[in-house]
This record gives sequence, C-alpha cells and structure tokens, in this order.
Amino acid sequence: MTMLPSSSGVEADLEAIVPATESRLRKRVNTVLMAVLPVIAASVVGAVLLGALGRDPISFYANVIDHGLIGSLGRQESLIRMAPLLLIAAGLMIAFPAGIWNLGTDGQFVMAGVVVAAVGPELAPRTSGWVLFPILFAIGFAVGAAWSIVPAVMKAWFGMNEIITTLMTTFLGLSFSALLVKEYFDDPSTTVPQTKVLAVSDRLPKLFDTRVHVGLVVGLVAVLGVHYMMTRTAFGLRLRIVGMNPAAAQHAGMNMKALTLSIFLLSSGFAGLAAAVDIAGVQGVVRAEWNPSFGFTVIPLVFLARFHGPSVIAFIGAFAVLSIGGESASRKADLPNFFVLVLVALMLLFLAVSEYLQAKSAKAHMT
Amino acid sequence: MTDTEQEPSVELVQITKAFPGVVANDRIDLSIYAGEVQILLGENGAGKSTLIGILSGMVTPDSGEIIVGGETVSIRSPRDALNLGIGTVYQHSLLVPTLTIVDNMLLGTAKWFSIDRAAAVRRLDELSELLDVEIDPGAIVGQLSLGERQQVEIIRALWRGQRALILDEPTSMLTPQGVQALGAVLRRLAGQGIAIVFITHKLDEALDFGDRVTVLRRGRNVGELSPTAMTDGNISDLKGHIIELIFGSSESQHGDSTTERDHVPDEQEVCLRVEDVGLAGDGPRPLLEAISFEIRRGEIFGIAGIDGNGQKELAEVIAGQRRLDHGQIRLDDKPVHSLSVAARQDLGIRYVTDDRHGEGTVGPLSVALNTVLKRIGQRPFWRRGNIRHALIREFADSLISEHDVRTPHEQVPISTLSGGNMQKVVVGRELAMGPRVVVFNKPTYGLDVKTIKAVLARIVAQSRQGTAAILISTELNELISTCDRIAVMHRGRITGIIESKPGIETRLGELMTGAAVT
Repeated sequence: MTMLPSSSGVEADLEAIVPATESRLRKRVNTVLMAVLPVIAASVVGAVLLGALGRDPISFYANVIDHGLIGSLGRQESLIRMAPLLLIAAGLMIAFPAGIWNLGTDGQFVMAGVVVAAVGPELAPRTSGWVLFPILFAIGFAVGAAWSIVPAVMKAWFGMNEIITTLMTTFLGLSFSALLVKEYFDDPSTTVPQTKVLAVSDRLPKLFDTRVHVGLVVGLVAVLGVHYMMTRTAFGLRLRIVGMNPAAAQHAGMNMKALTLSIFLLSSGFAGLAAAVDIAGVQGVVRAEWNPSFGFTVIPLVFLARFHGPSVIAFIGAFAVLSIGGESASRKADLPNFFVLVLVALMLLFLAVSEYLQAKSAKAHMT
Repeated sequence: MTDTEQEPSVELVQITKAFPGVVANDRIDLSIYAGEVQILLGENGAGKSTLIGILSGMVTPDSGEIIVGGETVSIRSPRDALNLGIGTVYQHSLLVPTLTIVDNMLLGTAKWFSIDRAAAVRRLDELSELLDVEIDPGAIVGQLSLGERQQVEIIRALWRGQRALILDEPTSMLTPQGVQALGAVLRRLAGQGIAIVFITHKLDEALDFGDRVTVLRRGRNVGELSPTAMTDGNISDLKGHIIELIFGSSESQHGDSTTERDHVPDEQEVCLRVEDVGLAGDGPRPLLEAISFEIRRGEIFGIAGIDGNGQKELAEVIAGQRRLDHGQIRLDDKPVHSLSVAARQDLGIRYVTDDRHGEGTVGPLSVALNTVLKRIGQRPFWRRGNIRHALIREFADSLISEHDVRTPHEQVPISTLSGGNMQKVVVGRELAMGPRVVVFNKPTYGLDVKTIKAVLARIVAQSRQGTAAILISTELNELISTCDRIAVMHRGRITGIIESKPGIETRLGELMTGAAVT
C-alpha cells in the first residue's frame, strides 16, 4: 500500500479551505512544526523536572533514544509494541470520524485476549500456523465486536449515549475476563490464575531475523487500509457524513441503524484483533486482571493525528519508542516507570496547544 | 435629502467594521429618530446584521462613533446597549420556553440573591399597557403563540429603557393577521417617542411600516428615503427606486416578484396521489391526519400554513424520511410509501428541505460532494465503492453554471457559501436527473429578493417540463403568484384547497388560523 495522493478525501476538504499553492507549503511547514515543537517543549519541561529531581536530563534522554530506537533490541521492542496499538488505532479511525465515541476498546481488547489465550493452546497442537492464526484473528475480531453489541444496539435503536455504555462495558469486560480466567480458563498446572501458555514455537512468525512478529505488518496494513476506506470509498464517506452531520445522513436516505452497527462492530473488532495479535505474537498467556490499557493510550494519539493514517503510524511509532526507551531510562535513573507517562502527558498537552494555535492561525489566514 | 430639525435619538457616524476578507460596514452613517420607524433594507450580506450587532453591543466597530442623546458612547456589550435604552428583538427567540413570562424578565435583570418579582410584575404591566396588549405575567412562554411570544420579546427589549427598539426580520414567522397586530404595536410605540429600527427583506412591509428607509449595499449606506419622500409620489415609483438602491441600477425591473405562468391544463394525468395519510405524534394530537390530495403533471401545488402545522412532517412523509402510520402515497398509481428515500429518489420523488444548513448540506464537505450527497455509492459517481472525482467535478460544475451558483470553484467547503448559493446547490441537486415530483419546503426562506426570484423561476420552469411540484411556504404572495392550487394546513389537517388567484389572502389567513373550521 502506498501513500495516497493528497487530492482525496479529508485532506482535499481541509486544503480547499485555503487557496491552493502558497498554503500547501505553509501546511507542510506547519505539519512539521506541529510535530516537532511539542516534543521539544515537553523535553525541556521534562528536563527541568529531571533536574529538580537531581537527575541528569541529558543522559536520561540519551537513554530513551538509545534503548527505544538506536539499540537493536530496544528498536525491536518498540516495533513489537506498535502492533496492537496500530490495530486499536485502526478501529478508532473508523469510529471517531463517524462521531461514535467508542471508549470501550480496553474491555473489547481484554475480552478478546482472554478468549484467544484460552483457545490458542488448545488449537495449536492440532493445526498448522496457516490455519491457526487466521482462526485466532477471526476469534479475536469476533469477540471484540461481540463485546460492543449491547452499546451498538442501544445507540442505533434508542439513541443512548455510547460514551457511557462503552465505558460501562469496559468495566464489565475487565471484571468478566478476570472471572473467566480464574474460573473457566485457568491452567491447573500453575499456582497463579492464568490461562494455558501458547508455546513459543506456536506464536506468530517473526520478520526476517528479528523478534518482531508479523502482527506489525497486520497493524500497518490495517491502519493504511482504514485510511483508504475512509478517504476513498463510498462507505467511508458515508461514515464521515454520519459523523459530520447525522441529520444530513438521514436526509440523504442513509440507513443509520446499519451504519451505526457496522461502525461499532468494525471498530471494536479491530480492538479484538489487536488482542489476538498481542497474545499470539508476544504474550502467549493471559493472567487474571490483565489490562495493558492500550485503548486509552491510543485515543489521544489518534486524535492528534487527525485520523490520518500515515500520521497515526508516526505518532504511534514515536510513542512506542518513548515508552520502551523510557522504561529502561527510568530504571537507570532510579525513577518510577510513571515518569515516562509524565513525559507522554506533557507531549500530548503541548501537541494540543500547538494544534489550537495552528487552528487559530488558519482561521486568521482564511480570507 | 430633506431632514427633520429634530436631533437624532441614536446616531451612528462613519461606522466601519471589517471581518477577515470582507468589510461588513464601510463608513456607515445612520440616524434614528424618536417616534419614527426606520427601515433597514438590503440583500443578504449587505451588512444589516453587523450594523444591528454594533447597535446592540454584540459587535464592536473598528472605527466610527455612536452618539446617543448627544453624547458619544461606547457599546461594548449587550448590557451596555440595554442600559442606554437600546433593546433588540432577534430572529431567534431569547426566551426560555419552560419559564413564565415574569421569570424570563427576571433572568436578565435579577441581582445575585434578591428577586423582586412584584416589581417585575409592575414593570410588565406598565409595558404591556405601553404596547396595548394583554400579558399574563404567570403564563409559561412555551405555551404562547408566536405572535404573543414576539410581544414578550419586545417587552424584554424595552425592559431597561425605551430609547430605541431594534427588530430583526420580525414578521417572518407571523400570519397576515399577526403582521397587522405587530404593525399596530409598532405604531403605538413610535407614538410614545420610541425610535424603531426594523430590518426586513420585504419591500411591501418596508413601505407599510416605515417612516424612513435606509438601504445598505455591500456594507455601505447607498441611500435613504426621508419621511417626505416616503409619502410623496406613487408606490410603484417608490418600489422601483428602492429596488434600484438594493441591487444597483441594472436590476430595477421587478414586477412584485411575480412569476407569470399559464394555468396547467386539467387534462394532464395525475402524478402523485396522497390518500388519507396519517402520522401519529408523541403528543395526544396526531402530527398528520386524513391528508388527501392529488397533483397533476406540471402542476404547482402550494401548501400554506403557519410554521409547525404539519407541513414539514408531510414533506418528510412524501420524501420517505418518515414512515406514515396510515393511508398511502402513490406515484403514477404505484404505491411508494414503504420505499426508502433512495428508492423514491430514483423514481423521481425529490425533497428540497427547509433546513439547508442542518440537514440539506454537510458543511465541511466540498460543494462538489454535496451535489451528490444523496447518490453516494451510486453509479456513475462511484464504481465498485470507489469514488470517481472527475465525474463528480464535472457534474458539480454543470450544476453550478446551470443554477448560477456563486462559488470560487466546486472544491470549497459548502459552508463558505452564502445561504442563497447554498440553496441553489440544494435545489439543483434535487432537480437533477429526472425529477417527477419535487417537494419544496420553504425554498425561499431567508433569501434576498433576487435569489427568491431565481428559485421561484426555476420551480416554474421545471413545471413547464411536466414536473409536479409541492411548494410549502409561509409567504402568501409567493404562493399565490406561483401555484395553481393552494392547500392550507392547520394542526396537521388540510383545512381547505383553493384555486390560486389574486385576492385570496384573507381566505387563506382564515384557513391558516383554523377560523374556518370548528
């Protein structure tokens, strides 16, 4: 899949606001500044914090880069971390532009993860990888989608606010999956409540000579595929119209119930697929109370990337580097792992500020 | 220009206000005199709203002076304006429908902790006497008629002082009788020495109500008619002169926005049949009840009525946006009432909504995509789910040139277009590709005289080609001059269908208020 020509979809709509030629350059410059300035600002504030805590900021940041990006092991870890994040992002890239605020991806993710972890080890000895992985992916997708059916139906038929219902099903999903692990999928051979382990030899194939599994490719294809769907196809345009102006969608004769249902099912299905990829690729097992909380991490990234596929990939890549590199940098600097989250939060904050400033200047230039 | 010796009550001097890319008010001088009704006329976008915004404290001018009672003042907020005795009645109600009238008055005036309801009731009595209207302070605003609500709005605007009263298109929601009543109230207020500014699109109203007329064009004051000029000379010369001021010299041929047409021969076959259609509502009263009529090819069938008497519901039932609960709708004798919007559209049933911003268009999308909004995924514009930009662009361009849409090009977001141009896109979209029956729901609402003419002319031209049209409107003149027959709706029922000819206004007005039925 290649980068899409910029004459399509979302971009064309945004570009059309300002006259074409001179604005294109300004837009490029702005985009780069938008991405770089907040990172610098957050790093500066982070450095001040580190200084106040008596740590050396330079060596901390050097460690982040070294362990997240430059070092081969760290880089591979970052790429591995990207896979589930990308898939969740793909789902959100469908839901959010359509005005459906699916905040339940963590519940959908964990439920799918538990079922995949329970089925995987049972199925693995009887099948080959070519059969096993598609089945596990399908199961993950289906379970994730199923976990959003209640909010979907409530939204489509009764107009109930999905922010509330998807949050509720997240809590339900987290508790229910813990119950499943403890009561039904428990591996009797261990003392901790956890599922059976998917043998390392039965996990997703690796790319080249690395530890990075093919889930990364699945994630990249999903994000770019969704980007294409949203910008180039009739279905994607319908979803965007539902998001921009539901009354117009109704007026134009779109089947709102069917569209709402498919938005929910697709978006939560991707969250479930993300779990399947993470279980089959890395974890191999689910412990009770497992919740990596990827969904809530991805939400702001997807927003800041404005649902634009290639930007989503860039943001998630940067985030993965920071969180992987930051983990070991924190350990070395004898700081709690939470410090990475402080940095991420600062970055998001400054990104939001720069977004606001850019929107303001765009308005001022609009003549 | 002759002028009274009297000192103006409020005077605007060389007011200028620029927004990015447009000078909305360009060195405007305007004097408002106590006891006079000052009419402000002008096309959409002529700068009327900005000027009113400046007077009422919603907009701060870039330069210029505001002189009130001989002193230069600055009006920085609506509160400042009210304290100077300048009150405004906006097009959209500022009243809280669930509160009583007196509580609505207290909203704007009450201090932090104390509420003096008795004083408010006294003031309310005082002002209702001034207006010479009956007002029950304890009535819930939501239960008032639109005319009564407007009286309450006027009282609200006069609450803090009675120097000047500004009314922004106050007649758009009223029945002919309601307009008469408003006229009486305004006369009375002017008689009490209040300066009144009345914004309108409608020439006849301007001449009926106005003592003095000021015309704005492209942000400039292009001409005034003094009270003497208003009373001298004959009406049609006056109209011609004002039209010339509004649009510039070339457009003075007017003819009362009438669109001359021949009567449709009765022998044309029936195209659309609506039989005993009913639609239940949430309340005890059905939204539509026992609606029956038929329309012949090439006929323009008007539907008159005060807003909210079931016209919109009827339009949506015909278009397929709502399912009817009773009765049937037949196109060329085939039932269509259970088909989807898309299927009806393919058969040629089209619907020009009255809500072009809310549902008719998707603001952030380009003009081009909005021209195919109801054909997403369909050939030829999409093939196997993939969009074909070139074909859409071509289609949009031809629509733009055919309907004279003023837009830089077809890729700008439609929200950047003026209301009139947006409406031309919506009308063009519905008339494209073989229309058979088109429902026009208030197609001229909020448009300027020139665009109204263009839209009505389009409806007439289309009917000559055999397309049947249903024209829903609250403008009786427009209906009478355009339609073959006019049905009147009141409380979800058709209270009468009459042949359209001059002089039926009173009869329509009676049917609209349900006076003719018991």
